[in-house]
Amino acid sequence: MALYRKTIHELHQLLKSKQVSSEEITKSVFERIDQVEDKVKAFVTQTREIALAKAKEVDDKIARGEEIGPLAGIPVVIKDNMCTRGILTTCSSKMLHNFVPPYDATVVKKLADAGAVMIGKSNLDEFAMGSSTENSRFFPTRNPWDLERVPGGSSGGSAAAVAADETVYSLGSDTGGSIRQPASFCGVVGLKPTYGLVSRYGLVAFASSLDQIGPFSKDVTDAAIIMNTIAGHDPCDSTSVNYNVPDYTKSLVNDVRGIKIGIPKEYFVEGIQPDVRELIEDAIKKFESLGAVCEEMSLPHTEYALPVYYILAPAEASSNLARYDGVGYGYRDESADDIVSMYMKTRSEGFGAEVKRRIMLGTYALSSGYYDAYYLKALKVRTLIKQDFDRAFEKYDVILTPTSPSTAFKFGEKSDNPMEMYLSDICTIAVNLAGIPGISIPCGLSQGLPVGLQLIGKPLGEETLFRVAYTYEQNTDHHKAKPSL
Amino acid sequence: MSADYEVIIGLEVHAELKTDSKIFCCSSTEFGGDPNTHVCPVCLGLPGVLPVLNKKVVEFAIKTGLALNCKIAEFSKFDRKNYYYPDLPKNYQISQYDLPIAEHGYLDITVNGEQKRIGITRVHMEEDAGKLVHEGATIASSKYSRVDYNRTGVPLVEIVSEPDIRSPEEARLYLEKLKAILQYIDVSDCKMEEGSLRCDANISVRPVGQKEFGTKTELKNMNSFRALQRALEYEVQRQIEILEEGGRVVQETRTWDENKGITLSMRSKEQAHDYRYFPDPDLVPLVIDEEWVNKIKSTLPELPDQRKARYVEQYGLPEYDAEVITASKALSDYFDRCLKYYDNPKALSNWVMGELLKHLNGANIDITECKISPENMAELLTLIDKGTISGKIAKTVFEEMFATGEKPEKIVQDKGLVQISDESAIAALVDEVIANNPQSVEDYKNGKDRALGFLVGQVMKATKGKANPEIVNKLLKERLNN
Repeated sequence: MALYRKTIHELHQLLKSKQVSSEEITKSVFERIDQVEDKVKAFVTQTREIALAKAKEVDDKIARGEEIGPLAGIPVVIKDNMCTRGILTTCSSKMLHNFVPPYDATVVKKLADAGAVMIGKSNLDEFAMGSSTENSRFFPTRNPWDLERVPGGSSGGSAAAVAADETVYSLGSDTGGSIRQPASFCGVVGLKPTYGLVSRYGLVAFASSLDQIGPFSKDVTDAAIIMNTIAGHDPCDSTSVNYNVPDYTKSLVNDVRGIKIGIPKEYFVEGIQPDVRELIEDAIKKFESLGAVCEEMSLPHTEYALPVYYILAPAEASSNLARYDGVGYGYRDESADDIVSMYMKTRSEGFGAEVKRRIMLGTYALSSGYYDAYYLKALKVRTLIKQDFDRAFEKYDVILTPTSPSTAFKFGEKSDNPMEMYLSDICTIAVNLAGIPGISIPCGLSQGLPVGLQLIGKPLGEETLFRVAYTYEQNTDHHKAKPSL
Repeated sequence: MSADYEVIIGLEVHAELKTDSKIFCCSSTEFGGDPNTHVCPVCLGLPGVLPVLNKKVVEFAIKTGLALNCKIAEFSKFDRKNYYYPDLPKNYQISQYDLPIAEHGYLDITVNGEQKRIGITRVHMEEDAGKLVHEGATIASSKYSRVDYNRTGVPLVEIVSEPDIRSPEEARLYLEKLKAILQYIDVSDCKMEEGSLRCDANISVRPVGQKEFGTKTELKNMNSFRALQRALEYEVQRQIEILEEGGRVVQETRTWDENKGITLSMRSKEQAHDYRYFPDPDLVPLVIDEEWVNKIKSTLPELPDQRKARYVEQYGLPEYDAEVITASKALSDYFDRCLKYYDNPKALSNWVMGELLKHLNGANIDITECKISPENMAELLTLIDKGTISGKIAKTVFEEMFATGEKPEKIVQDKGLVQISDESAIAALVDEVIANNPQSVEDYKNGKDRALGFLVGQVMKATKGKANPEIVNKLLKERLNN
């Protein structure tokens, strides 16, 4: 089997036993990119020279007989909204088309310290706003399973790159489902960790109270390995939790006997694609056959999650994106005569339609006179949504839902109707509002397209999620399905 | 000013806190430095950065709240104040909105010898913005402007008073007292000329007897105590004139033009910003435990009012003297140090308030830059007390000390300024003066007391001021009355 097809843990064994070098792995991945990237378009930037230099560094280390960590020498792709020192970080926006950060995001630094080989930066919906990666100001990324379809969003580039074997793993960010939904559409594993478990320092902010960095991988084991490296308190991020991060690979136990799984009825109502529902029901049966106890239950405030999200996220975004004004860096309209028109022209030109739509929504929601009616009210409902989960986790170990109500849709199918587009994140959004972890794992194909199963855990409940997801994976073959590119 | 109007003033004062590093990052807060040398990705607000609160800032803010008799909040948070300006890197300022760190305090000022209490509404923390450097003389005539972000993220406390101030003079006294307190607790340099203490004022007037406030204007850009008082005086007059002519005061922000001595409109209420405050999601709420507050409280030094009371009680100084000297911590520290070597507080107070302040103001320097050491100051007064030099000569010696920092004894010796107290030596001169000025002697005998003064002056002149004036007086009277 080609090296680019393999997982982190497989490649690590090969490196350790000196059967392959990091250089060979890296070259293999670049060969794959050369084969399929024209079709997939997952990358905004490739960093070949830097990657090969890093690979050599790791190979030298191995040659010297030094111990290497599980990520050393393995190619990774970083979503292009995480700052990389000296390397373009564009957020797939005209606004930052020329922005080269003078610093590394904490996750990037942690990966580099672990010996990871960064091979490039992946495409996204501009500033991570969208569910299809059609909102990239550069080009859309295509779903490796069907090039006529979207890879999901906003981390579509990161998900597609893993699905197409253009990288071994990648990082994405998830504000309302931006890791899990594309993982579901592309048939890979995607984890949104507990809010604060992975440092946000260096992640270009969309909605600060919801954003979270997480991994895309080819299996659950790899996700646990990546989390071991990127999780943990960061003194540069006040919101990062002070928590003794466990060794997540110890959670990879093939056993769900006695595990209580809640199935919220609110996630199975209208709008869900019948074959998605069927595959999820198969998964439930599978869990039951493995000894888990599955039970229908209720998260009564689920219907408010989407409206609450579309007040809070744009409100924070309107403020977070105010800094892109053409003064210090990034795009600037040079034709303006005075500072106010420079601001206006720069921002009119620099931002795409979806970003502008959300800035306007957020500005409105925070305006004096509307704050109480929208923002404050939304904060209160957010608390109710969180309490739904708190109550549920008194009884259940995990909650099981579809990741998305549908499989990947076709380009343009929803891009003219923002509301319809927003609905594709309906199963994932409440998890961000509650700040809890959620993982999407492949659970089968519907008409040749992947379907994702979402498992939701209590705060810092990643270990249970890994155990339940791992058990499912060990007893099924869905994660092994590959697109034919 | 018309007596029929009452003035209502509230002040908003910004003080830069003298922490070593900025409020949300590790960059230096040092004043000056080449543009954009004290910056990092965090204070520049680059994409992806996050603020981390500097604990020292919170400590200083609590200290400020306590010194202003405020209640310290157990739960407080940071909010974003959103507005666009090129020197504001994120286009929002991290500040505190509805839950400030301290509220409900007061400070006392002395107006015409009477104590008056001014309420403190709140004290809150925030980050400072950067600075625009215009290429031309003014913003309008500049082809371009540059931005210096060194000041960005320097910690500030904003201290908001109740509208309890009733005259421009009270406003100045309030600001002076506030500055003294901040300097006593050592949280700010309070250098108005460097912008580390800045003051905005809300001001309105109303006919005496009217209950509701008149329409207020906000005054900005007053860079000295004098400017504050002048600007407010101008604004009071302006508002009264409008009302007298039957007009209406417009609610607006006005700027003080120091050169022209007038206030000018900056922006009207219609152009006022909607700051769209909301809790900063990048910072966790601030929970302050009582133990910490108590610990800070125990480190509070003697404050100006306490020190003033001590001067009156311990040294027997008049209230006025105590007020003047304690108004500046550095000055009263100097006073206290002098008293280690000298034990007549009132005599010292006279010299400090007289010659010393006169020379400091004249040279426009601070007491900390004064060349006269407390030991030498004490020695000068001791020389007067011992009769070695006269009070008049002492002023000459003082001038020399102020210029060179020399010891007074050395100056007296070098310049031969020792007082002549030898009666026989003076007697010869007295006789000579009497012999040379028969007309004055005649006048004195005819009851013109002023003539005595002239004769004393002649003796002093002959000794270049060194003759002991008491002895000269005594001898002259003895001879003339016989």
